[in-house]
Amino acid sequence: MVKTDLSVELTGLALENPTILAAGVLGTTGSSLKRMANSGAGAVVTKSIGIEPKVGHPNPTMFKLDCGFLNAMGLPNPAYKEFRGELDIAKEGGVPVIASVFGAHPDEFSEIIAGLDGADAYELNVSCPHAIGYGAVVGTDPVLVEEITRAAKQAASVPVWVKLTPNVTDIVEIGEAARKGGADAVVAVNTVRGMAIDIHSGYPILGNRFGGLSGAAIRPVAVKCVYDLYQALDIPVIGVGGISKWQDAVEMMMAGARAVQIGSAVFDSIDVFNDVTAGLARYLASHSMVLDDIIGLAHRKVGL
Amino acid sequence: MKPQNAVITEVIHETPTITTLKTDIKLDALPGQFGMVWVRGLDEVPMALSHPDGITVQRVGEATAALSDMQVGDSIGIRGPFGNGFELKGNRIMLIAGGVGGAPLLPLARLAHSKGLDLTIVIGARTGDELLFEQQFSQCGSVSVATDDGSKGHHGLITELMNQFDLESFDQCYVCGPELMMKGVLNMLQARGIETHSQFSLHRYFKCGIGVCGACTIDPSGQRVCKDGPVFQGDMLIYSELGKYHRDATGKKIVY
Repeated sequence: MVKTDLSVELTGLALENPTILAAGVLGTTGSSLKRMANSGAGAVVTKSIGIEPKVGHPNPTMFKLDCGFLNAMGLPNPAYKEFRGELDIAKEGGVPVIASVFGAHPDEFSEIIAGLDGADAYELNVSCPHAIGYGAVVGTDPVLVEEITRAAKQAASVPVWVKLTPNVTDIVEIGEAARKGGADAVVAVNTVRGMAIDIHSGYPILGNRFGGLSGAAIRPVAVKCVYDLYQALDIPVIGVGGISKWQDAVEMMMAGARAVQIGSAVFDSIDVFNDVTAGLARYLASHSMVLDDIIGLAHRKVGL
Repeated sequence: MKPQNAVITEVIHETPTITTLKTDIKLDALPGQFGMVWVRGLDEVPMALSHPDGITVQRVGEATAALSDMQVGDSIGIRGPFGNGFELKGNRIMLIAGGVGGAPLLPLARLAHSKGLDLTIVIGARTGDELLFEQQFSQCGSVSVATDDGSKGHHGLITELMNQFDLESFDQCYVCGPELMMKGVLNMLQARGIETHSQFSLHRYFKCGIGVCGACTIDPSGQRVCKDGPVFQGDMLIYSELGKYHRDATGKKIVY
């Protein structure tokens, strides 16, 4: 049997398969990113990196729920100067390495991008739902998103992706702002704001009190966001949110995703990239289709 | 899983700095697995499960101080058991415990003893009154002691005491203690070519505790101490960061 071709061109990057390790997951060190590349990820995204070292929120920072996961890590990172060396180690994995970057204003994004040279692309984190002054605080303002994206594009010599928050009334408005700022792709979605309370004591469980929901519970939210963004934008959409099986990846691609990111599902197994890729290949082969046939298929079925 | 509520039923002051808290819940854990212990409103920290219904805490920081000061009737949250745990191998085994490193080794000693294994246990501490579980270990096998100040047992390092044994005669060595002690033990086992016959329980800064965030991954393998570990076979650690550096809460390397 001929091996099904799952390679995909994404904002000028050549990916052997369309599964990408999501930001904030197993991306603290170069060796961890390399391990994920060796575990089948078509590309890897680093932990979000900022301008100053941050310890993040107090624990508990993440736990599993019946329907998914809640987390509030608080953007812990050693700052870009300290992290720079990890990029080189990550690149030994042989797949594109995307540096996730967060900042409070356009100049910070520019400085970090210039300092983290060597990444194959940058993903702007304007969507973390629980960090004061960062993430979704800037990512819900279309003017700021456009300015940040423009600044990042000027600082970067490689593609810039913008990761969007679903915690807005209209994600398309923010996606449009990113596109106007020159984004090469949008990534949708970051986590959905959520909270859990310990009924034995009344304490919110997360050290930050509230955080972001990921996992299976948010997949329908992500599918809808990706569907809307694909319809509105002429740049690629990368789908993320609750993907743990190949069927989930097929669904996300039918909604319009050119590639998918996988995060929380590494909880079950770090082989998730290989498993999703293998399932995708079987699906395409059995339907005599190629990846391009399923990307956005749901739109074509109902008429664009 | 959300944290389970655990009410403190007994507080045992093991040493001047180490306290065992027994609770009203039992976790079905393998020896060497850990729980994420939540001091509500303060922090959540990984703790070895020294008993099915208990943890053993050394006072080192804010959360462990709060745990050390807990009274019967107080409550904590516990998630777990997490991690891989120790694997019993062979008939004649050695346990090497430095300081509070005895906590994950006590349930292993008890399990091995119940299976009729031949146990040699080497315990080290700074001083005689900081020796942990000496009496409990002696119910499971023959115990030898080393202290830094010579106030009890061998005056000096645990590795010096180990030298008095024919290490090659043991089917497996199980190690937990301060990082540089573990590195010393690993070097010793490696020099004898028996590092594949050893299991080390590591500690690193944990955030999620469930193998997702990546804060506790070790170089150069990228393995997660909280999920792929905390127990690693000795030969997996020889070219690792063990004894060289660890990372703080930001991810920055801190050299030993």
